Amino acid sequence: MFRYYAWLAARSLRKNPALTALMVLAIGLGIGASITTLTVLRVLSGDPIPAKSAQLFYPQVDPRSINDYHPGEAPAEQVTYPDGMNLLKAKRADRQALMTGGGAVVLPDSAAIDPFSVDARYTTADFFAMFDVPFQYGGGWKATDDDAHARDVVISKSLNQKVFSGGNSVGKTLRIQSTDFRVVGVLDNWRPTPHFYDLNSARYSDYEEIFLPLSTAMELEFGRNGSMDCWDNTADGDQVHSPNCSWLQFWVELDSPDKVKAYKAFLNNYSDEQRSQGRFPRPNNVRLPNVMQWLDDQKVVPSDVRLQVWLSFGFLAVCLVNTIGLMLAKFLRRNGEIAVRRAIGAPRREIFAQFLVEAGAVGVAGAVIGLLLALLGLWGVRQQAADYASLAHIDPTMLLMTLLLAVITALLSGLLPAWRACQVTPALQLKSD
Amino acid sequence: MLKMTHLSKSFRTEVVETYALRDFSIHVRPGEFVAVTGPSGSGKTTFLNIAGLLETSTGGTYELDGEDVSKLGDDARSRIRNGKIGFIFQAFNLIPDLNVYDNVDVPLRYRRMPGAERKKRIGEVLERVGLSARMRHYPAELSGGQQQRVAIARALAGSPKLLLADEPTGNLDSQMARAVMQLLEDIHRDGATIVMVTHDPELAARAQRNVHVIDGQVVDLGEAPTLRMNAQAMG
Repeated sequence: MFRYYAWLAARSLRKNPALTALMVLAIGLGIGASITTLTVLRVLSGDPIPAKSAQLFYPQVDPRSINDYHPGEAPAEQVTYPDGMNLLKAKRADRQALMTGGGAVVLPDSAAIDPFSVDARYTTADFFAMFDVPFQYGGGWKATDDDAHARDVVISKSLNQKVFSGGNSVGKTLRIQSTDFRVVGVLDNWRPTPHFYDLNSARYSDYEEIFLPLSTAMELEFGRNGSMDCWDNTADGDQVHSPNCSWLQFWVELDSPDKVKAYKAFLNNYSDEQRSQGRFPRPNNVRLPNVMQWLDDQKVVPSDVRLQVWLSFGFLAVCLVNTIGLMLAKFLRRNGEIAVRRAIGAPRREIFAQFLVEAGAVGVAGAVIGLLLALLGLWGVRQQAADYASLAHIDPTMLLMTLLLAVITALLSGLLPAWRACQVTPALQLKSD
Repeated sequence: MLKMTHLSKSFRTEVVETYALRDFSIHVRPGEFVAVTGPSGSGKTTFLNIAGLLETSTGGTYELDGEDVSKLGDDARSRIRNGKIGFIFQAFNLIPDLNVYDNVDVPLRYRRMPGAERKKRIGEVLERVGLSARMRHYPAELSGGQQQRVAIARALAGSPKLLLADEPTGNLDSQMARAVMQLLEDIHRDGATIVMVTHDPELAARAQRNVHVIDGQVVDLGEAPTLRMNAQAMG
């Protein structure tokens, strides 16, 4: 019967194109607005590393001055170099990596390519395994290379394409600043969104092209970027090594709740130990958020984006109510047909099904219009200056979501009219006496 | 075929209870052609609606084809309407958006009849009412008489045991009315049981038996000479 009802629906919808267009447009507009804002929200609030986000933690301790201390405030957002190195060397987690962002100039061998600047990440060996970084060729460096300040570099797929024409460049030399580095690995496509492991730089754009050992970058005094928070004037002006300047990100991997508990205890013990040595004047303030908690804590999703989603769904609800009104008017105008169908043997549920199929057809058409409007809306978003703008694209999940949302919307808007239609009393409609 | 015993139908408001049918008893035997006559508001249509399971009675019993159908649910009533009853309305009640073929197809669709069988059956009934050449026409393109013949074809498509006709010629001129009446007589001659509600004494006279209804009650059950003679012969 579905095919019969679909055929009837197509005829009915074709019969009154203006009314059909209004219903389809109402659903399409609501869907378009909702999918546009939902896609942006999804881009901004998605899990950047779904397979491991619950096992990756961002340890926070509070080495800051007692001045300006306010009980209950969050601990420092980054770690100092001494604390970072202490925590790294303690090796209390399954994996741990210390890092910061930077920038460097690449000088290709080929005369055809001019020197160019790239974003860099200075980190430690566990970074790649801990974040499940995919490699096209080779791999990361070893912990011993960190200790040895090795001139090793891991490069991105795009940089490899640019400098080495996309071939296997492992073992080849890449000149960065004025130092030759040995390529040990080439990444495959990798772009965790947002850039969760360092929210100080652009959160959705400007991903790193080169990865170097932190020790090497510090030795060569490569330029770093990101934020630095200092307190109590540093004695010798060396902020990088100062125990009073936090500027590094430190991540650990812990694969069980017991290990998380133990690591938190370790951070408390570490704070106590530092206090006994004259540092950490504040009461212990230790936190260990996982990836999603950290993103939430850092308010990665702007509040106006959430507001837009609520507004667009409110708009969808208004469209839904309008469509219900239009469908109700359309269906109940067909009381005569309904009565005839009932009289010649259609049970109520068949009438209900017939009109629900018609509502569903409006939904499918609305989905198509909604998708086109969403594509237009996302194109508009991409014209904005926001750093996430370029990511505003519909993926297969959102495509499916569009279809589902449209059909659910249409079915919801069709439920009441279809129910009213199947309640038509044939005897009253057909009465001629 | 159709047996109503002490049937009643009342409409209750807060202050008054109005009876459309009261102590209404009738027995229509298989193969009979019965005309139900009476003035406007006498309850003829209410009787026809209850007979066609479009309305329920508030009292008494109704047996159709030997089955008590007084208290059936919507699904069962719909199934019986589809399988055993054919309706012919004064206003034809064709679906204007469907052509002749698709209008006749409607009851067969609800019967889940396979496509080839439906096609064969539709062809047969349209042949029977003389409209084979018009099966792609829409109701608005047909005369009143042709529309009523389509409605009769639709009623016949499911091979019903009982045909219920409500003023079948009421919207037709005399020439078309005669043709439609002739068609009903032919269908009856082929063995169909027909109950026809009409104001028209001339049409009523062409039925086998007249049942007269006034104020919701049967006042004259009429005679069924052929059947009575048969019954006497059997007795």
